[in-house]
Amino acid sequence: MKELVIISGKGGTGKTSIAASFAMLAKDMVMADCDVDAADLHLLLGPVIQEEGEFVGGKVAEIRQDFCMRCGQCVSVCRFDAITDGYSFDVNPLLCEGCSVCSYFCPYNAIIMNHEISGNWFISNTRYGPMVHAKLGIAAENSGKMVSLVREKAKLIAEEKGFDLLIVDGAPGIGCPVIASITGASHVLVVTEPTLSGIHDLKRVIELSEHFRIPLSICINKYDIHEENTEEIVSFADTKGIDVAGKIPYDTDFVMSQVEAKSIVEYSDGAASKEIRSLWEKIIGTI
Amino acid sequence: MILSVASGKGGTGKTTIAVALASYMSEIQEREIHILDCDVEEPNANLFLKTSISVKENVYVPIPEVNMDRCNGCGKCDQLCEYSAIVMVKKKPLVFPDMCHSCGGCMLICPVEAISEVQKEIGIVEEGYIENLRYVGGRTNISQAISPPLIKAVRKHVVSGDLTVIDAPPGTSCPVIESVIGSDYVLLVTEPTPFGLNDLKLAVAMINEIGLPGGVLINKDGLGNNDVENYCRENGISIVGRIPHDRVIAEHYAAGDIVTYLLDNYRDVFDSILDHADLSHLAYGGKQ
Repeated sequence: MKELVIISGKGGTGKTSIAASFAMLAKDMVMADCDVDAADLHLLLGPVIQEEGEFVGGKVAEIRQDFCMRCGQCVSVCRFDAITDGYSFDVNPLLCEGCSVCSYFCPYNAIIMNHEISGNWFISNTRYGPMVHAKLGIAAENSGKMVSLVREKAKLIAEEKGFDLLIVDGAPGIGCPVIASITGASHVLVVTEPTLSGIHDLKRVIELSEHFRIPLSICINKYDIHEENTEEIVSFADTKGIDVAGKIPYDTDFVMSQVEAKSIVEYSDGAASKEIRSLWEKIIGTI
Repeated sequence: MILSVASGKGGTGKTTIAVALASYMSEIQEREIHILDCDVEEPNANLFLKTSISVKENVYVPIPEVNMDRCNGCGKCDQLCEYSAIVMVKKKPLVFPDMCHSCGGCMLICPVEAISEVQKEIGIVEEGYIENLRYVGGRTNISQAISPPLIKAVRKHVVSGDLTVIDAPPGTSCPVIESVIGSDYVLLVTEPTPFGLNDLKLAVAMINEIGLPGGVLINKDGLGNNDVENYCRENGISIVGRIPHDRVIAEHYAAGDIVTYLLDNYRDVFDSILDHADLSHLAYGGKQ
């Protein structure tokens, strides 16, 4: 099975709009929205939920005040400053990393570790095929684990249905959810833009993909807002031996299609739409 | 006073606004103003500030190292570790540094003192100045998954009592919390599109959860639809300013001279932000 992951380093370059367009252009694929922190793909694909479940990420400490003898051992072993010594000893769940060290070392067994429900996952039908997505709880942790869960479920569905393509919409950045999205994938498509931040972030995301030895292609969105920067990206890609598989013009269809809850290729046959179609042909040929 | 600039969605203009705001404050104030780039995975603030970096500090986290001569193979470290960062393989503990959260539990629980800690570099903190504006930013090493310890290292550079602008990473999970926690005001930058609205709702829920006051800046105003505006009005969230959707702005952004352009043309927006953040004595060039 082939797994194409769309990432960008910098946020807001058009990952999700392109992912949704690929969903329409591809045949027999499963979509996975792995930007679990700020998932948006559902806004374009209108998923109808078939199955859902809770995601238990990590643990959070709770101090049973009846048992607490105020010895302060928990405060001294906690490296995350998650326990405050006020009127009583209390855990700040936002700072607690769920490491259980306080619970292990409390001489009075006053601290219990509770499993924390960090979010929900969904298996849905869309007009283009099955989609697995998730919603991370507010201020929750473990987005990397949740990404792995979404990818696993999407793979299972693809296997069940005999589909051999998985399209993953990734998160911005190069940290834990992105690493969890690309590890073991067949191909990465980096959507960038010809801006200083776009170029800077592109280079970091290329380094990351190279670190994990995943083949990649680049697509430059809004390439015409700064042709010189676009040239810089193209020549940088050349020196690295990376294919620039598409150059999409600045086009407000990106937003108009969002407002209509459609993918761009479904919404219009404009300049951006045409380029995304040819990008897709190239990418599917490559992987 | 810490003023954080955040957003659920990436690419809404956080960094641009944070840099322009800090530059504006440093222009109208003689004392030192600080800008902290806490988007340590993709730090961009200095691309616009262009300070020459004067200090680099390597940031390390402790990870366990096992002295196999002492280890008795009891496996207590593996049992305690919540992150599978130390795992018993054939009765020997194996350390996976990328999984480690540096809680120190394995070292504490080891009955034969076979575990000590070694330092693992996770990134750097850099610092630079333009006149009275001080820039501090973090940069994770490639393949470093866990960024909060580096964000913490950046946040240590907050000078209590001084004015500090924090450029937060996108999203709503741990790195964002670590960046904005303890702020006096959070400016949420959004765009009037369905993605912008969806992610703004998440960001609003996040700052409510932490209990921080904040307001919304609508960037690329005129694009998309009115749903962001309606959402803010219906939920009593103040819209502190707007910057219009304009291809010219996008071009200035691409070229890297966006900050000058914004401060030449949209000074009133930054005055309004200061007003809302309870810094009205600074607004309007400090003349009010």
